[in-house]
Amino acid sequence: MDKPAKKRGFRLSTLLLLVPYAAMLWVPYYNRIEPELAGIPFFYWYQLLWIVIGAAILLPAWLAGSRSGAS
Amino acid sequence: MSMNPVAVTIFVVLFAFVTLLGFGASRWRRGDLNHLHEWGLGGRRFGTIVTWFLLGGDLYTAYTFIAVPALMFGAGAMGFFAVPYTVLVYPLMFAVFPRLWAVAHAKGYVTAADFVRGRFGSHALALAVAGTGIVATMPYIALQLVGMEVVIAALGIPMTLTIAGIAIPDAPLLVAFVVLAAYTYNSGLRAPAMIAVVKDALLYITVLAAIIIIPAELGGYAKIFASIDPKTLLLPPSQPGNFGPQSAYATLGLGSALALLLYPHSVTGLLSSSSRQSIKRNAVFLPAYSFALGLIALLGYMAVAAGVKAMPEFADGFKTFGNNFAVPALFLHSFPAWFVGIAFAAIAIGALVPAAIMSIACANLFTRNIYKEYINPAASHERECSVAKIVSLVVKIGALFFIIELPTQYAIQLQLLGGIWIIQTLPSVILGLYTRKLHPMALLIGWAGGIGAGTWMAAQSGFKTSTYALNIFGTVLPCYAALSSLILNIALAIVLSIAFNLVTQRPRVDATLAEDYG
Repeated sequence: MDKPAKKRGFRLSTLLLLVPYAAMLWVPYYNRIEPELAGIPFFYWYQLLWIVIGAAILLPAWLAGSRSGAS
Repeated sequence: MSMNPVAVTIFVVLFAFVTLLGFGASRWRRGDLNHLHEWGLGGRRFGTIVTWFLLGGDLYTAYTFIAVPALMFGAGAMGFFAVPYTVLVYPLMFAVFPRLWAVAHAKGYVTAADFVRGRFGSHALALAVAGTGIVATMPYIALQLVGMEVVIAALGIPMTLTIAGIAIPDAPLLVAFVVLAAYTYNSGLRAPAMIAVVKDALLYITVLAAIIIIPAELGGYAKIFASIDPKTLLLPPSQPGNFGPQSAYATLGLGSALALLLYPHSVTGLLSSSSRQSIKRNAVFLPAYSFALGLIALLGYMAVAAGVKAMPEFADGFKTFGNNFAVPALFLHSFPAWFVGIAFAAIAIGALVPAAIMSIACANLFTRNIYKEYINPAASHERECSVAKIVSLVVKIGALFFIIELPTQYAIQLQLLGGIWIIQTLPSVILGLYTRKLHPMALLIGWAGGIGAGTWMAAQSGFKTSTYALNIFGTVLPCYAALSSLILNIALAIVLSIAFNLVTQRPRVDATLAEDYG
């Protein structure tokens, strides 16, 4: 019973890796000025923010990998 | 431009310091430098932190730090595609490249072509992968010199040196390259790994100072963005029936991300790490460089806001180097002389690291996949390694010749084509990590088809741009030629593999086992 759960957890964290692709490739969503952040248009701070989110999104998959002992 | 003694002194001292480091690196984690995996992969002993510096110096090159803000300076929002590009690299690195590391570690592979040769048992396909890697990397090395040339000129160091009445053109560039060639020959991959640490320290200091001091001088970010032409501040909106620059932006980001890790210098950097875990950790922590790159991209806008282009003291620089002069001009305008020395040293040293790794990667490919395969199969380890050292010299001399003798435009166009070509090795290398069912002949035809189609698409613009407008059922979709030609390549590889596997009974030639990938 233990194994399928582990596998599903792995799949979820792997699926997360696809989220940045959706966020970055749908350009019309972020190709705008408002809302500005400290004078920086949305287009720029949204993409800069995704550098940080993109790194954070790898963490669950990384933790899942090191927990299951697969080095 | 007049020479500033303070800036030049600091620049030269830092340069001399990394030269000493480069030579001293041969003693670091000492190994037998007569073995290719020691000279060319640092003995596969680099831990997470060294790999972080090495890959950071390798993937984020000096040319990037000059060219990306230059593109923002000239073209606006389009230049920011470097950010989605670097966001999309890391999930791929995380998911795929530990597998390549594992199989290379298990089988002693040094290059991607080694893996393809083992996996598919095809000499021709391995040669195609190795050849593509070498050809795509050469102009990239040449472009590193452009980055260096710009800052040397901006320091006001005369480019022509007269010794005993004989004029030597491009003398500072020659000196820098001879030094680089010598310590790469001597210390192999250990040299750029060690120098990368210094380069990154200088780079982060420069970026931090730039994003704090310059906006303060210019009156804040709101003022900087207000000075940008509203027409280029965003991408033009899509028209009915035409996605316009937005699809070019997205496909450039995705295609560049897929291509980056296939470059030989990326593979060399990744394979030199000591474990799969260290590659995964780096995928999590390397985005720190992406953030620096995003901020550096904005320097292009700061250069617009500062109005450097209209300043008479920079007229010569812009005339010679075009928009690539934007960031050096901004630094000269905004920083005190001593800090200009540090910032320019960061860029010039930033050119040395990738140039060294790229030439080592080309040398590994030539030695393993051409020399040992076709010229001297019985070569000893020592012989193999001395061939690689000599090839690393030849590659650098070639790049130097390229920059001195030919217009810079050629190197830029070839590098643009290099991205289109290197991505065509994706089916053999990345899909190959997951399946052996693809037929080597199908992969080879897909590779050739992709290179042909991609080159043709770039040729339609006279090699000025890498995007080509596809017309899909009446909808115009401007697309990065690397991506559209890759799709053709993959389609050919899959369809022909099914056909060939039906017709012929192929004996199992895979030298790798399922457990090699775990």
